[in-house]
Amino acid sequence: MTAFVVRRILVNIIVFILIGIGVFLLVRAAPGDPVRMMIRPEDLQEGSEAFIQGRREELGLNDPILVQYARWFLDALTGDLGSSFISRQPVSGLLAERLGPTILLMSTALGISLLIAIPLGTVAAIRRNTSVDYAAAALSLGVISIPSFFLGIVAIYVFSLQLGWLPSSGMSTPGGGGGTDVLQHLIMPAAILGLAGAGPLTRYVRGSLIDELSADYVRTAEAKGGSPARVVTRHALRNSLIPLITIIMINIPQMLAGAVVLEQVFAWPGMGQLAVRAVTQQDYPVIVGFALYVAALVLICNLIADIAYAIVDPRVKVS
Amino acid sequence: MDDNTEPLLVIDDLAVEFRTDEGVVKAVDGAAFTIDRGEIVGVVGESGSGKSVTAMSILGLVKSGRRVRGAIRFRGRDLGTLPAKELRSIRGAEIAMIFQDPMTALNPVVTIGRQIVEALRLHDKRLSKAAARDRAIELLALVGMPDAAARFKQFPHEFSGGMRQRAMIAMAIANGPSLLIADEPTTALDVTIQAQVLDLLKVAQQETQAATLLITHDLGVVAELADRVVVMYAGRVVEQGDVTTVFTAPRHPYTVGLLESLPRLDRDVDELHPIPGSPPSLLAPPPGCPFHPRCPLARDRCRTERPELRVVGNGTAVHRTACHFAEELAAVPTEVTR
Repeated sequence: MTAFVVRRILVNIIVFILIGIGVFLLVRAAPGDPVRMMIRPEDLQEGSEAFIQGRREELGLNDPILVQYARWFLDALTGDLGSSFISRQPVSGLLAERLGPTILLMSTALGISLLIAIPLGTVAAIRRNTSVDYAAAALSLGVISIPSFFLGIVAIYVFSLQLGWLPSSGMSTPGGGGGTDVLQHLIMPAAILGLAGAGPLTRYVRGSLIDELSADYVRTAEAKGGSPARVVTRHALRNSLIPLITIIMINIPQMLAGAVVLEQVFAWPGMGQLAVRAVTQQDYPVIVGFALYVAALVLICNLIADIAYAIVDPRVKVS
Repeated sequence: MDDNTEPLLVIDDLAVEFRTDEGVVKAVDGAAFTIDRGEIVGVVGESGSGKSVTAMSILGLVKSGRRVRGAIRFRGRDLGTLPAKELRSIRGAEIAMIFQDPMTALNPVVTIGRQIVEALRLHDKRLSKAAARDRAIELLALVGMPDAAARFKQFPHEFSGGMRQRAMIAMAIANGPSLLIADEPTTALDVTIQAQVLDLLKVAQQETQAATLLITHDLGVVAELADRVVVMYAGRVVEQGDVTTVFTAPRHPYTVGLLESLPRLDRDVDELHPIPGSPPSLLAPPPGCPFHPRCPLARDRCRTERPELRVVGNGTAVHRTACHFAEELAAVPTEVTR
């Protein structure tokens, strides 16, 4: 098991480095000039060109791209991802303080997804081709089809503006705070993100469980005298949830993309908000740093999926 | 409770249909036979003869099929009309099943031991976990599992096919059933393992004194194990009687065909004689005798009039056949050998 994990980690490190190279080159290949983005157009005047060149030189943007990469890579090895061109703050610090809110939002959303998808998918599978199943299908397709930013705006209108139950933006009330305050801010974005994830997951749970319900071992369990509830929960569902691990892990990047959008809508102080701003400002170090955080998250999720498989499925040999 | 005037299990004019996109498939169409206490009855027939559906119907395990006619009485109770809860109390306790493919019939993510313990504790709520565990290990040892205590903790994928089938048998006899249904118990196994599993079935049968319904397409298996044989064709019983009588003096052309298509070791046979044609479509079975399109004896009457099971022969054991012209059949092979 340990050897398996170590080997997977080594492979992931190589992948991670390659992603770093790709992102670094791609960001610089994009049209535009970050230094020009820093200067307000009305400040552009005689002599600005010299200032721009000086600034480019200062930021090392005039060096050959490979030299720039090598410099960045060596710094990155020490944990230094450079500083934002705009705020001059270290990128790792900027991202670190945003990581927590994003993970809080995503993990809550994932929990909500599973709490909806597993029971709903199970009921839909058992009562397939009945009105319950069709209702679950309509709900799934609905939340898949409606963009989450739209749901977000509707939710803000209803629950914040009309009903006044929940705060519309941010992660906490300035000056206020505490767990319940954060929770109140969290409910809407997490519920909407979770709902969007629950749509496809419900379909997967249903499909997977239907497959398992026709398996021979399910018939064996019935022949032993097990009740329908026991046959489903102790036998079929356990087997049907194994492939779900992969589906969830594959969906995490997608969920992150959804989170980026919802963070804008709800002004949630997460990485998505930071990343969108960095892209519009061509803040290279922040964009690269963000991409690497996302890559790391995806790789870690895949690693967790592999390990989880080995734990829940006795057939997976890890030697 | 026991109604001693009736056999343990009575299958009476059973008909099971499946609705498909092409039409209604009459998988079982008027099957009827009985099993006495402690008796081993072999049901033989080709794929699609309805033998497995009949077996599955006993415990109500036919999912998409619909019973349209007939009754299955176990100890005088009609299993088809029992409330679900009562049927469950019979499943795995009084009637237990052994399935064809031990590779898929066991839950892959649950240890062998827990699956046997489940069978025990489902029917004996007062049985403690520790006692169930001990009993399960005893059962595994009984079915010839070496190092049963260690095997108890293993998962199905750590077992060979033969060992899995042993575990299935251990699970089936766990609650001392009075009827054991074995659906093609050796079909999915290597030939070398088949004999071992058959021996084990014999042991299990002697151990529990359970009546056994053995579904198979292997006449050799029936010859070796069964007391009586029921031959099914196109969802009907075409011949039944004690094994020696049916195999030495078959009175249905289909049984004759089955016996003649077997390779023999005890006689010098130059070629095998397969039955010409293939089993009829159960969507639109032929009128009259379902076997007539393949039957060497077929004539006009066979094409219009469905033969009913009737007693033939003059032996002491009851021998029945569903053929209008049974008397024209000369006695064929002496005995089937494996």
